[in-house]
Amino acid sequence: MQLVLEKRAERSTKIAILSPLLAIALTLVTMSILFAILGKNPIAALYVYFVEPLTDSFTLMEIAVKATPLVMIAVGLSLCYLANVWNIGAEGQFIMGAVCGSYLAVVTNGTGAGPWVLPAMLVMGAAGGALWAMIPALCKVRYGANEILTSLMLVYVADLIMDYLVRGPWRDPKGMNFPTTASFDPVATVPTLFETGRLHWGAIVALIVVALAAVMLGRTIKGFEIRVVGAAPRAARFAGFSSDRLVLFTFAVSGALAGLAGIIEVAGPVGVLQPGISPGYGFTAIIVAFLGRLNPVGILIAGLFLALTFIGGEGAQISMKIPLDLTKVFQGILLFYVLACDSLILYRIRLIATPKKAIHGTA
Amino acid sequence: MGLLEAIIISVIAASTPLLLAAAGELVVERSGVLNLGTEGMMIMGAACGFAGAYLTGSTFVGALFGIAAGAALSLVFAALTLGLAVNQVAAGLALTILGIGLSGLIGAGFVGERITPAPRLYIPLLTDLPIVGKILFGQDGFVYFSIALVATIWWFLYRTRAGLVLRAVGDSHTSAHALGYPVLKIRLLAVLFGGGCAGLGGAFLPLAYTPFFIPGMTAGRGWIALALVVFSSWMPGRLVAGAYLFGAVTILQLHAQAFGLGIPSQLMSALPYLATVIVLVLISRARGSAGSVAPASLGIVFVPDR
Repeated sequence: MQLVLEKRAERSTKIAILSPLLAIALTLVTMSILFAILGKNPIAALYVYFVEPLTDSFTLMEIAVKATPLVMIAVGLSLCYLANVWNIGAEGQFIMGAVCGSYLAVVTNGTGAGPWVLPAMLVMGAAGGALWAMIPALCKVRYGANEILTSLMLVYVADLIMDYLVRGPWRDPKGMNFPTTASFDPVATVPTLFETGRLHWGAIVALIVVALAAVMLGRTIKGFEIRVVGAAPRAARFAGFSSDRLVLFTFAVSGALAGLAGIIEVAGPVGVLQPGISPGYGFTAIIVAFLGRLNPVGILIAGLFLALTFIGGEGAQISMKIPLDLTKVFQGILLFYVLACDSLILYRIRLIATPKKAIHGTA
Repeated sequence: MGLLEAIIISVIAASTPLLLAAAGELVVERSGVLNLGTEGMMIMGAACGFAGAYLTGSTFVGALFGIAAGAALSLVFAALTLGLAVNQVAAGLALTILGIGLSGLIGAGFVGERITPAPRLYIPLLTDLPIVGKILFGQDGFVYFSIALVATIWWFLYRTRAGLVLRAVGDSHTSAHALGYPVLKIRLLAVLFGGGCAGLGGAFLPLAYTPFFIPGMTAGRGWIALALVVFSSWMPGRLVAGAYLFGAVTILQLHAQAFGLGIPSQLMSALPYLATVIVLVLISRARGSAGSVAPASLGIVFVPDR
């Protein structure tokens, strides 16, 4: 008896919809086992992780606050991945966006500058992220250097640049030597949506990004080009689509979105530039992009779900003493199941009774 | 001990984890599989290796734990990419994320604990030789093993029939399959081997480099190991040169930081990462005219037809 993969005649739409749900279900089962191993009641732990945050208006808003950067970054990454371009350095682009945008906040701090500061910061943040993303893109297009490795290496470099700035030239002179800039002025801060809570206008920006991406992918030539180059590179060449140009385009857009997310994060919920502004948003966004099936609306839902795990994880750490690292384990397992279940869209698993000698099945 | 001698010894120590992990990945990629999870397998090797050594008091058992942890994680990767034909890039990223999380969970109980570092070779007279004595005859077992490993891999790839089959699978899985070679089985073994090597490379860090475990202590070494494989043009000999070059960059920036020199320490810390980018660009550019030397089936999913 042996299990083998068999290609389906056409992709299964039913499984395409079911697969993320199946993946989440399998993840929850695996997590329950992990909770039990850690000596915690699985039902209670799952409740704290996934239900409790939904029962309170404050934590609901916090979920939206966390989902904002995740969704913005993931939408950009999905364009890359659809085109078979592997930008995995969004974390670095996020940081460089935060750094470039913060430059204006730092130099105008306390000068009574007008309301032009925030819009200019957002533009500079997006530009900073896009420029940082152009380094691996140009290295790939001009020299053929592997973009996976170069974009990832630049994450560490971006982190060190920010570290240098907040410990050196940009450090708040009144900050008791803490590595942080001075608190941003109100004109350099993203306003909140409501009187209470931290939910800010960035969430609206994220929704606009989702809508624009959905229109671009579904209704424009550029969106068609992205999907053709990714799915059928040879056909794309015959159609006259340049894959080099698309590498530059997808990197620039995803870098700009990650940079925008970065500056919105520091000018919004954080309020200063300091190390640790991101709990790995740039990496979690990769999971969000895949869980959302590389589709803007799917990404919105997936982003909210992953944000829930961040908030639930913090809650579980406080109330049940469950280590925070478990959230990362959860995210990794989830991505595995998502990828595994997606495989069932294209293939079906067959059990064959007596394998012929030349057939070698699954591992 | 002279400064030069001390520098060379620390360069060797900094290079060894890179060499171990990259040697394993080289075999994996030669079989046509791109496993980007090296960082995750290394950090798991570090956590489990430390746990093993701490609980048993033996570096050797710790190293075995590290190998087992790396191989176990790579088995998950194999099940996905070979069994379910999942995209290798995405699965490798998932492996890294999972490995970082799991290692934090496992290592949490051991943070702050110390162990006795791996014993170093001592041969009377030989180890006492001036200058070269400590460098050649005073290293720990990992260092000698890493060199022997690369030599064995070279011999295996270029001097044995099995090595030839492995390279054939990596260069054209369809042809190898048509000839009757078990493509997926060969790849599974290669992936497991690579996982074990990455685990051992990670275990070297808490067992020999620093005698304690810190979460995230691999600090991107897994990714640098991946870059080294590209740098080496998938040839074991060049891998040694590359690993030692990167070890040297890491150590020289540490010494430069110690001297001050007025350069921001963050710039010096960024050097290994910047060097990786620059080397990748130079290598890719130099190869531009000669065509790619990567295994032709690298990263391409293979589903055997019947």
